[in-house]
Amino acid sequence: MGLIIQGVLGAFHLIFSGNPDIIEISLRSVKVSGIATLIAFVFGLPIGLVIGLYDFKGKHIVRGLFNGLLGIPTVVLGLILYLILVPLGPFGSLKLIYTEMGISLGQAILVLPIVISLVAGSVSLIRSEIRELAITLGAGELEASIAVIREAIGGVILSIVAAFNRAVAELGVALMIGGNIFVKGSALNTRVLTTSIQMYTARGEIDLAIALGVILLFIVFGVSMISNVIQSRLT
Amino acid sequence: MDGLARDSRGISSATLLLVVIIVLMGIVGVVWYYQAQIQAGQRVVTISTTTSLYDTGLLETAIAPAFKERTGIELHFIPKGTGAAIQDAKNGAADAILVHARSKELKFMEEGYGVNRKIVAYNFFVIVGPQDDPAGIQGMDPIGALQRIAEYGQQGKVIWVSRDDGSGTNTKEINLWKAAGFNYEDIKNEPWFRNTGAGMGQTLNYASNQRAYTLSDTGTYLKFKKDGLIDLVTVVDKGEELINIYAIIIVNPEKYNKDFEGAMELEKWLVSEEGQKIIGDYGKDTYGVPLYFPVVKVLEQKDGDIYNWIVKYGFIEDNGKLTESPQKFRYKADISFFEEEK
Amino acid sequence: MTLIELKGISKQYGSQVVLEDINIEIKKNEIMVIMGHSGAGKTTLLRIMALLEPPSKGVYKYKGNPVKINGFFRKKVTMVFQSPVMFRGSVYDNIAYGLKLRGIEKKEIRDKVRNVLSLVELEGTEKATARKLSGGEQQRVALARALVLEPELLLMDEPTTNLDPTNVALIERVIMELARKNNTTVVIATHNLFQAKRLADRVAHLYSGKLVEIGDADKIFENPGVEITQKFITGELRSE
Repeated sequence: MGLIIQGVLGAFHLIFSGNPDIIEISLRSVKVSGIATLIAFVFGLPIGLVIGLYDFKGKHIVRGLFNGLLGIPTVVLGLILYLILVPLGPFGSLKLIYTEMGISLGQAILVLPIVISLVAGSVSLIRSEIRELAITLGAGELEASIAVIREAIGGVILSIVAAFNRAVAELGVALMIGGNIFVKGSALNTRVLTTSIQMYTARGEIDLAIALGVILLFIVFGVSMISNVIQSRLT
Repeated sequence: MDGLARDSRGISSATLLLVVIIVLMGIVGVVWYYQAQIQAGQRVVTISTTTSLYDTGLLETAIAPAFKERTGIELHFIPKGTGAAIQDAKNGAADAILVHARSKELKFMEEGYGVNRKIVAYNFFVIVGPQDDPAGIQGMDPIGALQRIAEYGQQGKVIWVSRDDGSGTNTKEINLWKAAGFNYEDIKNEPWFRNTGAGMGQTLNYASNQRAYTLSDTGTYLKFKKDGLIDLVTVVDKGEELINIYAIIIVNPEKYNKDFEGAMELEKWLVSEEGQKIIGDYGKDTYGVPLYFPVVKVLEQKDGDIYNWIVKYGFIEDNGKLTESPQKFRYKADISFFEEEK
Repeated sequence: MTLIELKGISKQYGSQVVLEDINIEIKKNEIMVIMGHSGAGKTTLLRIMALLEPPSKGVYKYKGNPVKINGFFRKKVTMVFQSPVMFRGSVYDNIAYGLKLRGIEKKEIRDKVRNVLSLVELEGTEKATARKLSGGEQQRVALARALVLEPELLLMDEPTTNLDPTNVALIERVIMELARKNNTTVVIATHNLFQAKRLADRVAHLYSGKLVEIGDADKIFENPGVEITQKFITGELRSE
């Protein structure tokens, strides 16, 4: 117990002392996972909408597939992506191994099913009645779909938040694709919050690990709170 | 909401959605392009390495900055166990490896992946255990100590903790057990023998909590001890079998098109006066003792116990001679390799 | 004059037959009540008329021509559901939605919304959040949202089932007065016999997916032509 309290106190000291390394690592986490969320959103939104809005053959298989992928262990995905992205792998020529963009892409794949499932879920939940209401008021198919998306905005925001929070908090992809590289002053570093927490824990530097853990929690809670404010404004 | 728009808002919303998606994709593209530009503009040498070198901070905080200042080349160290580090290089992800397991290094070279092996540093493994030393092995030679631990272990009196992760430390441990007359694969399933499958730090923590013995590299042990994280003491730290030899191997340029020249620069720098001094000084301020010892002077003097041990445990046979790097595994090396008559 | 005509309409979901060979003509400006027990197929019949689903068999005609699912007729027909569905946003957003789809000027929309709100006795509620209104108020908004479009055909599916008597009276009054004034033809589905009597010009009785009787309200309530309608009117009929 003493260790934890000591760690938390040390953590706050580190946070408020404005340690440049910690700031850099935290900002990188937000950036890398933000881009991951963005990529997942760009692809996940249309796919989620199609699954949520339209009925087609094999739809429940597709939904089941994405729902199943929701829980994919990050180390497994990290390993698969590593084997794909290493120079010897099929996509080695993209030079994404041990880069920020590599982590972003990996995390994007990780959280894509979250975006798809939550968008599809919220859309299909409100779909039939809102779509029919719009149609009875004179809307065409496209206009009715837009009406559904407008109503599903809460679910869409939730999907973005959930995706970001999963991405920023995952370790497997960041470690295996990123490699936890840190050279002072380098623009090619890949150390993020989770990989540094893991590293400092392994090194026995518990107060640093806790400090970074506290920052990670702040980010996750902060994003959730902002989204709550947006959602309550929208409804 | 928009009274000016004569067309229905459904259409305009759809257009908006499309525009947003295109803009977002554009952002991703720009970031990707920008990163590729930086990558192209900065020469990087990637080294897969072992956690026992990485976790003390030597590589990132001492070697990388000094080397970058000297050469402009940025060093990216990817910490893994020795086994995984070698696999990483086999996958083409590294320009060089910096590891400490001779048998695995030799195999790596024999398979054609690595060339120009060079020993850069050494230190000693230590057997650590609980303060009261229930096996009574304090000051014994390592082989005798392990035999005693096994004996007491089988009687249920003491516990041994093994990393069992294919790391260099684990490889050393397997060899020590072999020298003590035990087959690692047999005893690893006995109840007194615990396997963590984890890094050195976690293994030390586990051993401390279980009041068990384990084999550790000096660097990690000293660090954890000083930070008060473990309640273990050094019980055996003398004996040639405990020597721990770190070597760099460059990825064979005929196998993969990596930055051979950059990696060779690093190799040369590591055994240069500057590189050796940085290795030898690291940790002195913090721990009172160095964590790693420079090796070049010892090899040049060709004399003393340490020299003999390094030759015995760190050199490789090559046509009746012993050497850091056998002739057939040397490639366009503008560097000399130490040799010793058998 | 006949506004719409259903000829031989059937609907089945898989092997389950919901409607069987329905033939109805609905005349311009009349209030047609489709009565019948719950599960008789009233909602499905209205949904087909509202173009929400296609019939399995049969022809749907508007002024003598077959209706196309995406044709102009879609903007002439509207429907009020049993339990009101509100869009996210204000009362104004809800009522203005259909008008915006029709490309009407903002100023005109504002006037129309104000007028229709006073008609359903919800003056000044434009800015209220639609989903925070009571059930009765929401149903009045739903009615206003339909009426503001001045539809040729207004379909109402059990519009007052879940409401208190005050709201029921208000909605019935609006239907009676305004539907006629606006040249709107109204089709109401209800299982409530008394509501049917209060509103109907003509009545159709649906039983187990079949149209058992159709005719002028006076005649059917006074002197039903078939026994099954007689039983429905006296309350002896049990749904299957």
